[in-house]
Amino acid sequence: MKILVCISHVPDTTSKINFTDGDTKFDTNGVQFVINPNDEFGLTRAMWFKEKQGAQVHVVNVGGPETEPTLRKALAIGADEAIRINTPATDGFSVAKQLAAVVKEGGYDLVIGGRESIDYNGGMVPGMVAKIIGANFVNTCISLEIEGTDATAIREIDGGKETVKTALPLVVGGQKGLVEESDLRIPNMRGIMQARSKPLTVKDPVDANAETTAVSFKKPAPKGAVKLVDNVDDLIDLLHNEAKVI
Amino acid sequence: MSVLVYTESENNTYKKVAFEAVSYAKGIAEMLGTLVTAVAVNGGDSSQLGKYGADKVLEVSNEAYNKFNAETYASIVAEAAKQESANVVVLTSSANSKFMAPLVAVNLEAGYVANVTELPESTSPFKVTHSVFTNKAFASTEIKTDVKIIGLAKNAYGLKENQAAAAAETYTPNISENNGVEVVSVDKATDKVTIADAEIVVSGGRGLKGPENWGMIEELAETLGAATACSKPVSDMGWRPHSEHVGQTGKPVASNLYIAIGISGAIQHLAGINASKVKVVINTDEEAPFFKAADYGIVGDAFEFVPQLNEKLKAFKAQNA
Ligand SMILES: Cc1cc2nc3c(=O)[nH]c(=O)nc-3n(C[C@H](O)[C@H](O)[C@H](O)COP(=O)(O)OP(=O)(O)OC[C@H]3O[C@@H](n4cnc5c(N)ncnc54)[C@H](O)[C@@H]3O)c2cc1C
Ligand SMILES: Nc1ncnc2c1ncn2[C@@H]1O[C@H](COP(=O)(O)O)[C@@H](O)[C@H]1O
Repeated sequence: MKILVCISHVPDTTSKINFTDGDTKFDTNGVQFVINPNDEFGLTRAMWFKEKQGAQVHVVNVGGPETEPTLRKALAIGADEAIRINTPATDGFSVAKQLAAVVKEGGYDLVIGGRESIDYNGGMVPGMVAKIIGANFVNTCISLEIEGTDATAIREIDGGKETVKTALPLVVGGQKGLVEESDLRIPNMRGIMQARSKPLTVKDPVDANAETTAVSFKKPAPKGAVKLVDNVDDLIDLLHNEAKVI
Repeated sequence: MSVLVYTESENNTYKKVAFEAVSYAKGIAEMLGTLVTAVAVNGGDSSQLGKYGADKVLEVSNEAYNKFNAETYASIVAEAAKQESANVVVLTSSANSKFMAPLVAVNLEAGYVANVTELPESTSPFKVTHSVFTNKAFASTEIKTDVKIIGLAKNAYGLKENQAAAAAETYTPNISENNGVEVVSVDKATDKVTIADAEIVVSGGRGLKGPENWGMIEELAETLGAATACSKPVSDMGWRPHSEHVGQTGKPVASNLYIAIGISGAIQHLAGINASKVKVVINTDEEAPFFKAADYGIVGDAFEFVPQLNEKLKAFKAQNA
């Protein structure tokens, strides 16, 4: 089985979000970039398929040279090879077209992405890849088992979960649950050393126009001070008469 | 030209998100000078959609579609969009809507923007505002394709009444069957409000000390008709199910009222719940960061104040019923 894990390179969850150039660009100053958390759960599940079922695991990112440390980290966690499509990731649709081209060329059986990236929260790339290449698609995937070409997945739905049967070729949008938090791996020294000599191939993009363009950004209006009360009667009164939410 | 809106239902009853989506679709239709067509799969009483501005309702009724299948539902919406020459398609932020949206986008070769919070800033160029960085910022994005797909954020636009005809038409989409992904079982509590649908969410953190103390959280939630939620460590330790974990890496919350009990207010927690309108915090530590993000707060012990709040709320509810 050949697995491709799509890795989005995103600001660490503790990052302060600011913009520059007249609020047209994300300010990367002092920001630490990481593997998108949803993708890390998927990558760790892919490592399980590698170790238990002999799968080959490649990782891919669509982005500039600045994303290579993130790909190296994925190699240090245990992926066999990395691919970077050398073009800025501007919108979901064009990223999906780049990834679809990689999947077709590499003949991958299983593509694991995240439910959403925590920067633009598009939640669209894996689904688009699936539709473009004509593969099956399961989103918000919290469990995945593969036997031959049959797949059983559990997906989170509003208010519960559902079990689905499907088959390879398959694309999933994964999240916590694919593996547990405690299964995530911190790269060790040996992994980091090995990662340096693993292949990281840079590929030219295919033609794909951006269908959407972010033109400007703004931050939410600052919040007023909290109103503190020392008894529940006042709280109920405020929630009823002032906030009008009960 | 028209605005097409997908109206979600459950057990033949439209969901509140369907009314919100129709309200929003009507707003765009007015900007464009056109009409709203709703498409419903085994939906509810379509005249209800008229109240919020649906001019026409395409009703698909077919038992084969009782279980949600993203590929099938996406094809239905895309076919309806083509039939109606829709230039805008409005979807929501429900799990099913987010599942099918990218498939609809590829099918229609349309640009898609998720988590849209307001009516378009302009329709030519077509620019929409949407939340990014998990509610830490907003982006204004131009959609350049002929057909535009909007994923409406939950509880951002609200319900707006705007009576229209809601002329119902039976619709039989011409789509091929797709059994690539087959649902074998659904595990869903039917008697509980879901975090996705809840107007009020009562959430507990590590400050509650252990799973045995959640009784008072559940009682408070029941009094308020609220969903229960928790912080990430609480689900990681197995005190509560993963499905209750909210925040940046858990479920997003966009309720009218969010009550955080014994939760410190870490940046990852706040990011996920910030879209809620009113936030109340009960925490013993007045320095807890959550107080900076909250509207109302009690600096105090949950074990003292939560049972009191529940008792007083019961009395309040009885009086105001
Ligand atoms: C990559 C990443 C992603 C993350 N994603 C999420 C996420 O999605 N959601 C999330 O929640 N967290 C997330 N976290 C974890 C987050 O950083 C915090 O660790 C977590 O939110 C803390 O949970 P808590 O508030 O329940 O616990 P604590 O931080 O331990 O806070 C407990 C609070 O309870 C108060 N308290 C104690 N006793 C009482 C009492 N008797 N009555 C009232 N109050 C009391 C204390 O004063 C304290 O403020 C993430 C972290 C990382 C690194
Ligand atoms: N630039 C990218 N390169 C590789 N994978 C990506 C990229 N952007 C998004 N993805 C994948 O698509 C998922 C959803 O991203 P998004 O649609 O941007 O929310 C991510 O979790 C990744 O798995």
